[in-house]
Amino acid sequence: MLESLLQAFTLILSGEHFLYLVFGVFLGIFVGILPGLGGIVGFSVLMPFIYGMDPVSALAMLIGLIAVVPTSDTFTSVLMGIPGSTASQATVLDGFALAKKGQAARALGAAFSSSLFGGLFGAVVLTLIVIVAKPIILFFGSSELFMLGILGISMVGVLSGDSFIKGFLACGLGLLLGSIGSAPATGEWRLAFGSYYLFDGIKVVTIGLAAFAIPEICDLLRKNQTIAKKDEPLGSGWIQGLKDTIREKWIVLRCSALGSLIGILPGLGGSVVDWIAYGHVVQSSKDKSNFGKGDIRGVIAPESANNAKEGGGLVPTLLFGIPGSGSMAVFLGGLTLLGIEPGPALIEGNLKFTYVMVWSLALANVIGAGTCFFLSNKVAMITKIPYGILAPFMIMIVCFAAFQVTRSLYDIYILVVLGAFCTLMKNFNWPRPALLIGFVLSDTLETYLYQAIQFYDYKFLFKPGVIVIFIIVLVSVYFGSSVLKRKDLKIDYKTKDLFKFNIQNIYLGLILVFFAASVYDSFQHQLTGGIFPGSVSIIMLLTFSYVLFFNNKLLTTVIHTNFSLNDTKDLFKAFSWILFLVLLSSLFGFIIAIVILFYSLMLNKTNLSLTKITIVTACSVSTIIALSHFMVLDFPQGLLQYYFKLPWPFK
Amino acid sequence: MFKKTIVSIATFFMLIANASAVDFSGKTVEWLIPFSPGGGSDKWSRFYAPMLSKALPGNPNVVVNNCPGGGGTTCTNKFAAMKNGDGLTIYGDSGSVKFPFLLDDKRVKYNYADWYKTIVLATPTGGVAYTSPKFYKSKADFKKLQGKALKFGSNGATSLDLIPLLAFEMLGLQVKPVFGMKGRGPSRVAFERGETTIDYQTTSAFKSKVMPLVKEGKAIPLFTWGVVDSSGKISRDPTFPDIPHWAEYYESVHGKKPAGPAFRVWKAFLTAGFSSQKMVFLPTGTKPEIVQAYRDAFVKVTKSKEFQKSRNKRLGVYDQVTGGSNVEGIVKTAMTVDAKDKAWLKDFVSKKYGVKF
Repeated sequence: MLESLLQAFTLILSGEHFLYLVFGVFLGIFVGILPGLGGIVGFSVLMPFIYGMDPVSALAMLIGLIAVVPTSDTFTSVLMGIPGSTASQATVLDGFALAKKGQAARALGAAFSSSLFGGLFGAVVLTLIVIVAKPIILFFGSSELFMLGILGISMVGVLSGDSFIKGFLACGLGLLLGSIGSAPATGEWRLAFGSYYLFDGIKVVTIGLAAFAIPEICDLLRKNQTIAKKDEPLGSGWIQGLKDTIREKWIVLRCSALGSLIGILPGLGGSVVDWIAYGHVVQSSKDKSNFGKGDIRGVIAPESANNAKEGGGLVPTLLFGIPGSGSMAVFLGGLTLLGIEPGPALIEGNLKFTYVMVWSLALANVIGAGTCFFLSNKVAMITKIPYGILAPFMIMIVCFAAFQVTRSLYDIYILVVLGAFCTLMKNFNWPRPALLIGFVLSDTLETYLYQAIQFYDYKFLFKPGVIVIFIIVLVSVYFGSSVLKRKDLKIDYKTKDLFKFNIQNIYLGLILVFFAASVYDSFQHQLTGGIFPGSVSIIMLLTFSYVLFFNNKLLTTVIHTNFSLNDTKDLFKAFSWILFLVLLSSLFGFIIAIVILFYSLMLNKTNLSLTKITIVTACSVSTIIALSHFMVLDFPQGLLQYYFKLPWPFK
Repeated sequence: MFKKTIVSIATFFMLIANASAVDFSGKTVEWLIPFSPGGGSDKWSRFYAPMLSKALPGNPNVVVNNCPGGGGTTCTNKFAAMKNGDGLTIYGDSGSVKFPFLLDDKRVKYNYADWYKTIVLATPTGGVAYTSPKFYKSKADFKKLQGKALKFGSNGATSLDLIPLLAFEMLGLQVKPVFGMKGRGPSRVAFERGETTIDYQTTSAFKSKVMPLVKEGKAIPLFTWGVVDSSGKISRDPTFPDIPHWAEYYESVHGKKPAGPAFRVWKAFLTAGFSSQKMVFLPTGTKPEIVQAYRDAFVKVTKSKEFQKSRNKRLGVYDQVTGGSNVEGIVKTAMTVDAKDKAWLKDFVSKKYGVKF
């Protein structure tokens, strides 16, 4: 083993292999920075070149690419509050809060150093585990995976902050949004309201952008400042972040282990890992008061976990040929194009390739994190750009990213609807992390519960693995409920307060109506098709009624903010800029719409001269055109393009 | 031999004649694949793309464009709306796009009849069913297998899994499908885990992932689906010449040939889902000379050394269906299902698995 490990190391450093690795890493950094685009898009760019390439170079390049996406995606998560990829949604919570305090460089430093450690940890796990992992993967069947899903859901308590009951409802809402579209048991289309688009369900990229990017853009537009307040310095930079990581070494270690484990288990999906790690660190910290407001631990935890996940994720991909996440699926496709057939034979017969991947993973993490470190102080300056200039750019990037989900205008329409909903959610003090965790676990819970019952009847509850995980769930719930025991919660809600006519109560009412509608929808389907969304909705409605009428203590956790109707109108003005772009895109196509948006927004929000506006617009628009050209991505088309044949790039 | 020489000389001249008529030099051909990168159809198209580029007149750049959504129907609908193509957009389907059409899925806005004249390639594949050696060693144990309540991991009753479900049903096996599997890979792992007791894999996955299990004594192959040709004849799968195909197996355990609506509809869907699983089309109304240029190009590709060297590894030991009459024949065989048989199938699937049409 040691010998082949060394052989693989010299192999990767020899000849052009290393150059391909570096190329993969740089492409990975690039697609990672671009919000919404992750490893999948990067792979699609590389795919045409893979066929017929030298396998070692190709492997180095592919691994280089996936290894650094969860490192570089941190840039936009921290600096703009836009999740750079689905693996770094949780990083936004504290990372962006730190950026607003002017500590962007510190957050980035901590993120990259913990990413580096996580990545290396994943490589070690891959080396050690891959030979013996088969029984581990076979041990986690449908029953155990379902219970792990429950463990994930139990984090909702701690992810809800003070507003426990709102977090509970938000989680239910996430579960429902995740169940839209085809039912795993029967293939029936639920909550789709006849829309073919919704038949496929909502994608996690869309919901991530809607939950984090859109609300931030609206808030910043409303306040019209820079992201970091002007008078605050950029902080002591990345050295401080590095020190933070070293200080919190146990968190880094625990979350790396957690990340690799989730990666190894196929079926939980790549977008869960950051949330579980975040939930874990909140749960296990004594002082929880700063989470969500800029606690560096909230950056370190998800970042070490999401990099460690890749090494773990390679284990089932190589051993069984079953990918644990979207990017692993594409990687698997790349392997077959290279003529490498994954399976036990690959591991047992030819360790060379596996160890080439191990070294690529390790080296890629070092090069990737190093490059990102180098960039961090410079790129952190973005937070000092006046928002009038940054805003149109961010709107452009977010809409463009959302459009790539299925390349249909509906992607953007859904983004806007959910974005509006989440913007209010943020300002009305509803915990968005709870929504997200419900969403990413919805399919896991439903599918595996259904399968476990089909395979084992209700006896699945008594399998040893299930019992062990259940005990962990109980511990987790115990920690999660500690918020309810706090005595300093003074806001006192009475039942009648929730019947007053104000905007936040109406919002709450609408959510309840959605639950009721979902109950109705469930009865339109077969039992196994409708039972999951139906039960979730009924549980939500019953629990809320109970809290509303009989449990005053829990009712106090319905914490409304002092955000009035007038503030909401103000917010809508900011939001209408996004609506404006969507409307223009539907009419004239994306490029023309973007140009109009840049001019009108900057004329309105900044004092720049027309020449300067033109320069900013030209730079931004040509960036996005170049991007779409090289990545073979499309732009949304409008009515104009439908009726007239326009030259590139307007087509 | 003489015939072959004549044909190849004729093809050669036709190629020359066409090269002068159709020329794609400096152009880019976009190959639409209605599934995500990394999937079966994606790999298939990327295997063909560079060779197609070399074989087309003018050697255009051939790029694969993935446009997933709606189980493949969204992109196929878009392609169906394209008329009178210039040969710069081609489209590759899969069995899972054909089934919704055959079953009148409401999302489908395409009609295969539009493409009978513009089909240029069909690629067959196969599948192998296997079970657990705990209660089945050889055909002699068939009665034992019949008496057993079997579990089968499935993606859904209207997916390609319709073929195994019907095959098991006709044999009289008691198979309970567990739906919601995310593809064949996880189904196979569920079998390895012992959660399911009967399963099938497509040719390439069976070769690389199940064969090791067979060698270890953890799985026993039952039968292949066989391959249906354009005249409707079923023969053994050339990749697994030692394993009987389903119809053979049926005859040997039941003592009579399979017949009736169930068998007719099964064979039709087998042709669509496996024996001509992936097809390449040009937009309807594309000029015959452009279609011909593509048909010739695929003939040329499949005859090339480069192709023959790696075909077995990439696509299995299947003869690719190329050339005008062959491809037109197979698409008609695959996509024409008798209305009565279709009604029988829908009735069966909705009664048995509760699928609403």
